[in-house]
Amino acid sequence: MVAATKDEKALATPTFLKAWLARLGPFIGLILVIAVFALLTESPARYLSPFNLRIVLAQTVIVALGAIGMTMIIVSGGIDLSVGSIIALSSVVTALMLRAGYPPAMAVVAGVCVGGLVGLVNGLVITGLRVVPFIATLGMLGIARGVAKWIAGQQTVNVPQTWVNELAVTFPTPSWLLLAPGVWVALLLSVLTAVVLRNTVFGRRVFALGSNEAAARACGIPVRRLKLWIYSLAGLYVGLAGVTQMSRLRQGDPTVAIGAELDIIAAVVIGGGSLSGGEGSILGSMIGALIMAFLRNGCQQMGWPNYIQEIIIGGIIVIAVAIDRFRHSRTFT
Amino acid sequence: MPQLMKMIALKLSDIAKRFGPTVALDGVNLQLRQGEVHALIGENGAGKSTLMNILAGAFPPDRGLMEIGGRRYAPASPLDARRRGIALIHQELSLAPHLTVAENILMGLEPARWGWLDRETARRKTLEVLESFHHPEIRPNRRVADLPLAARQVVEICRAMAARANIILMDEPTSSLQRDDVAHLFALIRRLRSDGVGIIYISHFLEEVREIADTYTVLRDGLSVSTSVLSSVTNDELITHMVGRSVENLFPSREPGRADEVLLEVRDLSAPPDLRHASFDLYAGEILGVAGLMGSGRTEMVRAIFGLETAQSGSFKLRSKAMVASGGSPTLRLMQGLGYLSEDRKGEGLALALSVADNTTMTRFASCSRWGWLDRTAQREQTEAWITQLGIKARSPLQPSRTLSGGNQQKVALARLLHQDADVLLLDEPTRGIDIGSKAQIYQVIARCAEENKAVLMISSYLPELFGMCDRIAVMTRGRLSPARPVDEWTPETVMLAAIGGEVEGGNVISNRPMEEAEEARA
Repeated sequence: MVAATKDEKALATPTFLKAWLARLGPFIGLILVIAVFALLTESPARYLSPFNLRIVLAQTVIVALGAIGMTMIIVSGGIDLSVGSIIALSSVVTALMLRAGYPPAMAVVAGVCVGGLVGLVNGLVITGLRVVPFIATLGMLGIARGVAKWIAGQQTVNVPQTWVNELAVTFPTPSWLLLAPGVWVALLLSVLTAVVLRNTVFGRRVFALGSNEAAARACGIPVRRLKLWIYSLAGLYVGLAGVTQMSRLRQGDPTVAIGAELDIIAAVVIGGGSLSGGEGSILGSMIGALIMAFLRNGCQQMGWPNYIQEIIIGGIIVIAVAIDRFRHSRTFT
Repeated sequence: MPQLMKMIALKLSDIAKRFGPTVALDGVNLQLRQGEVHALIGENGAGKSTLMNILAGAFPPDRGLMEIGGRRYAPASPLDARRRGIALIHQELSLAPHLTVAENILMGLEPARWGWLDRETARRKTLEVLESFHHPEIRPNRRVADLPLAARQVVEICRAMAARANIILMDEPTSSLQRDDVAHLFALIRRLRSDGVGIIYISHFLEEVREIADTYTVLRDGLSVSTSVLSSVTNDELITHMVGRSVENLFPSREPGRADEVLLEVRDLSAPPDLRHASFDLYAGEILGVAGLMGSGRTEMVRAIFGLETAQSGSFKLRSKAMVASGGSPTLRLMQGLGYLSEDRKGEGLALALSVADNTTMTRFASCSRWGWLDRTAQREQTEAWITQLGIKARSPLQPSRTLSGGNQQKVALARLLHQDADVLLLDEPTRGIDIGSKAQIYQVIARCAEENKAVLMISSYLPELFGMCDRIAVMTRGRLSPARPVDEWTPETVMLAAIGGEVEGGNVISNRPMEEAEEARA
């Protein structure tokens, strides 16, 4: 009996360590990125100043909100390529409502709900028409973008001055807020979603679905309804990202956020999400979003041209996933 | 008969099911009593899996009546079936590897309050079912991916128990288990039986069925052709029922024909760490068997010969033309007339999504193409010829290989070697996991190849097959291949002993020399 417990401990320790390393991986990456740029810049104090930190956080909000939804989708074994277009559509809808004189709160709710609605349609196409998520959302990428341009009359929609415009500012008006309201909202929602994924039946079923869909179905989990929920909820988050986008630009722009889906997917993947499903965490995705934001910001501080940023971020994505694969090849044997 | 006293748990009458033009089931009757293990026997494609899926609520039957405990049973979904106390344990494990043991066991039945997981109850319920299995290493919070295979099987069974299943369907549960684990599984099954659970047990292995089951039903071509108490039939009778004819000659009678021409000469081949040393001659017209435990380096040997694994040293002569072992690629070996049948049919043996025709002609598209353009008609006709010749059960050459049963898939893989017209056939477990009828057909094909003066090297873990088919047998032990000896110089016992590391000299087994052990330790 004593021997058995010893064996168990010997077995347990490395897996325990590995699990922690896996969790710390993105953290280490983030610290590395910050450290490298702090060393590279001539004035590390400015790079690490609260001022710059606020800028980075405000820039991250949109990707972070999208990444919360995308994490659910990717953990469930799906993908959503339409988020960039949904952001544009929802920003246009919000702007149109504001311009038409509706109360700001209503405009915000409308923007969020449009996102949820598009997500629901994605879910219906995936479950009802049995189109794989990649194709279903690739189609939606075009459709949502087209609808956004259509209802905006192919131009940007200017909005009156309301509190909606202040959601993602670098310096919030009651200065005791410290960070933009949008940053606080994203933080709150990420904590909430993390808890839901961890502690609710819904959350664990999302993981079960992504880990082995056939098993989930055989165990009586209503797979189709679950997918509808996942895509709809994710759509709500992306809708909120669209509202934030409008707030930052102070106008609804149907051509905004082209390619944002790739940034958002990259954030989830850098944070440990697996495109084959079953793996991923909100915390990881948030760190992934921050890594990319700090990279962008650092490149700007260095005065590097845009193309250098693109090359570096592309490289980071590949390296992050390669490290993840390496880790897996050792765990799953 | 105490069994007759027990309540009937499940009764199937005249169940039928079609998929398009294919009749999968055509009238199945079956009775399962409480506390009984009922073996469902039949060749691949006889309809066993279809029947299990109907019972588990995956799809409804077209005809027939199902009753559980005397009440009509027509599950609308897998969930419905689970609620009625039916649990299906799949051939391939159906666990979610990323989730914990507890989450897997309670999947679909998670204890919760207002949607929030009740982890304490989950843990308690999991421990409750785990308690009966004496597997202390399976802890509720452990990730399933970190568990060994046998433990995962236990988790799967616990899932059935957690749903308070009183009818458990097991579809070849031992196919992924080692010998020890099979014994554990059987102990579990006996426990379940004594608790009054009715079990339907599907297996290919008659020995295994005899060990665990009380009663049986034989399915053939979608019909239940025989059902009774197992102790009242012999294995021969069961086989006769399964294939519809008696298989007295499972192995074709063949002349011990062995031409004197060496087709393939292998010397000092090594591919560390798994293959350390192999030398042999392969004659035209002979079948050379290679025995050995799984992981002994048998597979690595043929893969090294075929260029799929890098050989560190060694040389070949193919028809007396010398070539170095390293640096060979499968493309080159194919051109030289070598053919390889992988043991991993699904993984690398066939492109399952492609048609039978594509799979058959893949290694020699030249036979049905000109200037790089495929002649689809020629391809189809050539494939049809193989389908007829090997008795492949396929509706059309254009049917995706995935939709064939395992035995027929294997015949397609073999058809590819024949179509390639390889002179040297390297066959790795050519009959693993397929039914007896297909086995007999594949044996005939192999024998015919030898008759046509091809050289066959056949790896197998199934000793009767080696003794029934081969002219000579060599044994692989921890990466070293013994000299090949004529088959009548071996007995199954000496082959087994050689495989587990003893040494055979003049028919006597001598145990491991300490020298060898020391060498192992150094390496």
